Amino acid sequence: MTDQATGPGRARPAAPPAAPPAGVPVRAEDAPVAPPRRRRREAGPVFYVIIALLVMMALGPILLMVTTSLKLQVDIVSSAPGLLFAPTLQNYETVLCDVLWYEPEHVRFCDPTFSRALGNSLIVATVSTVLTLLIGTMAAYAIVRFRFMGRDAVSLGTLLMRMVPPAVLLVPIFGIWTFQYGLNDTYAGIVLVYVAMNLPFVIWILQSFISQVPMPLEEAARMDGANPWQVFLLVVLPLIKPGLAAAAIFTFRIAWNEFILANVLLGRNTRTVPVTIVNSLTEHNIDWGVIMATGMLLAVPPVIFTLLASRQIITGMTAGAVKG
Amino acid sequence: MRGGPAHTLPKDPLMATARRRANRLTPYLFVAPALLVLAVGLLYPIGYMVWASFLDWSPSQRIGEAEFVGMRNYVGLLGDASFQESVRVTLVFAAAVVSIEMVLGVGLALLLDRQIRGMSLLRTVFILPMMIAPIVVGLIWRYMYHPSVGVFNRTLESWGLEPIPWLSSPDWALASVIIADVWQWTPFVFILSLAALQSLPRSALEAARVDGASEWQQVWHIKLPLMLPVLIVTALLRLIDAFKVLEVILVMTNGGPGLSTEIVSLRIQRTVAEFRQLGTGAAMSIYLLLIVLVLTVAMFLFGKWREGRDARVRARAAEAEAA
Repeated sequence: MTDQATGPGRARPAAPPAAPPAGVPVRAEDAPVAPPRRRRREAGPVFYVIIALLVMMALGPILLMVTTSLKLQVDIVSSAPGLLFAPTLQNYETVLCDVLWYEPEHVRFCDPTFSRALGNSLIVATVSTVLTLLIGTMAAYAIVRFRFMGRDAVSLGTLLMRMVPPAVLLVPIFGIWTFQYGLNDTYAGIVLVYVAMNLPFVIWILQSFISQVPMPLEEAARMDGANPWQVFLLVVLPLIKPGLAAAAIFTFRIAWNEFILANVLLGRNTRTVPVTIVNSLTEHNIDWGVIMATGMLLAVPPVIFTLLASRQIITGMTAGAVKG
Repeated sequence: MRGGPAHTLPKDPLMATARRRANRLTPYLFVAPALLVLAVGLLYPIGYMVWASFLDWSPSQRIGEAEFVGMRNYVGLLGDASFQESVRVTLVFAAAVVSIEMVLGVGLALLLDRQIRGMSLLRTVFILPMMIAPIVVGLIWRYMYHPSVGVFNRTLESWGLEPIPWLSSPDWALASVIIADVWQWTPFVFILSLAALQSLPRSALEAARVDGASEWQQVWHIKLPLMLPVLIVTALLRLIDAFKVLEVILVMTNGGPGLSTEIVSLRIQRTVAEFRQLGTGAAMSIYLLLIVLVLTVAMFLFGKWREGRDARVRARAAEAEAA
């Protein structure tokens, strides 16, 4: 924090003297002195130091998780400096013992909970994403092209849905899914929740992409005898790939990371990774190495998405902030 | 039978009407699955919750067997000290994270508004904390705050300072939780305000510079007012999300010590899972929804009002100049 506080003071000298002192009027004859047509201030070395500090602050905790997951409990507890240790994959072997093709020597009892949860998470997140995209794209297409329902209704719905804290859905989802739908402890039950939760957002973001597809293109396809389904599948879908990517990442991330609803809905055999992580947390004697390895495995897919598509993610995150 | 190639249609009027009817039905077919899922998975549950909030209902009963108690859940909560405390904690938490993140994020954006090489890489780095599961973020911070193996207390120790009871003292726990949220979400504010800053009209800034405005004057009188619409929406989004935080706190403190970090969402979760009072939990959910709704609408209206006022001021200034 202190580094940021001193930042502005130290950064000032590095800035080019574009701004004259306050109160000194600048006349036309002074203008040629200033470098012509400077569009934006150049960055000095102090500036890069600040950036480096910020990057370290953003990445530090994540790197700490990486290193901890590669440490044995002995190294975690020891008071030696944090980076002096022999990295080991033992924690990962402990976590994944069930799906490894060999039997790790140090694992005496193999607990299949985590590998099962990993499979559950993959199924639930993938199916939710595919279904949400399928249903959402169709709805968004109808809303844009057939002027079906107002677009304002969709924006409002998205905003309202964004406002609902997931904890609020706890009671009804528990009650209905258990007693009326009979979907507790099933993949279908949790997938239904995730699809419904994500649909408003996905429809909202996709309709903004679909409305940019040029109408004449679709008309041409129709003239050539394509029916609405063909137009949709063969003309529109390929053109809105970036929107689909953004929507897919968001849906997948929510389904993959979500804890509270999965916690009440899923039983022993259908639990997802976040639920097993919280269940394995105890008050004392936490095996930090193993639990960080678990956390790493949970963090990997979102991190990969971020590296691949940070632009789309920002579009999604700021949806609503930039355009009305 | 139906829908031959288009060029054959004019010859067959019957087919044409059939096809037209099919086309007219298409939008409904396209929207139907979405409406069905939303009705079954979202609207019905929310309506159901409103109904449940008037019931005395335990998880072992079907909803039909639960006793109707009218407003008792709502009235009971108003007098419930634990619930009041959780509302207070939630409001403090939301106010603190939104204001700290806005100040830090906007400040950094103003400071770092330069031509940055590798900006996209930087953005990628900054959104990582937001993409990782909240559960994992909670884990990381719980580890860092750990009294003996945590990096913070180790550092303090190596400097010869007293260790701080980050999560184990009621005085520190809320602050520790707030710090974790600030770490996770300040980049969001930073990215948005930097984007807003870099899309400001160059002419306004150029004019100010020519008129001899100091750095501070430029920031206060030109940059911030012009960024205001984006800033308001950013703060709004952060405020809404601050009320949704649950997992990070659950993993770090589980609401403790005492009730010091028990936000309403956590209270709902405990009421449902531990105390097994679904009706009370539903009533709490309604209260929480109302709080979020009121704050969001209030902030939205305030933003509109500020924008309108600024626009009027600018219009008047332009008039004065023209006169």
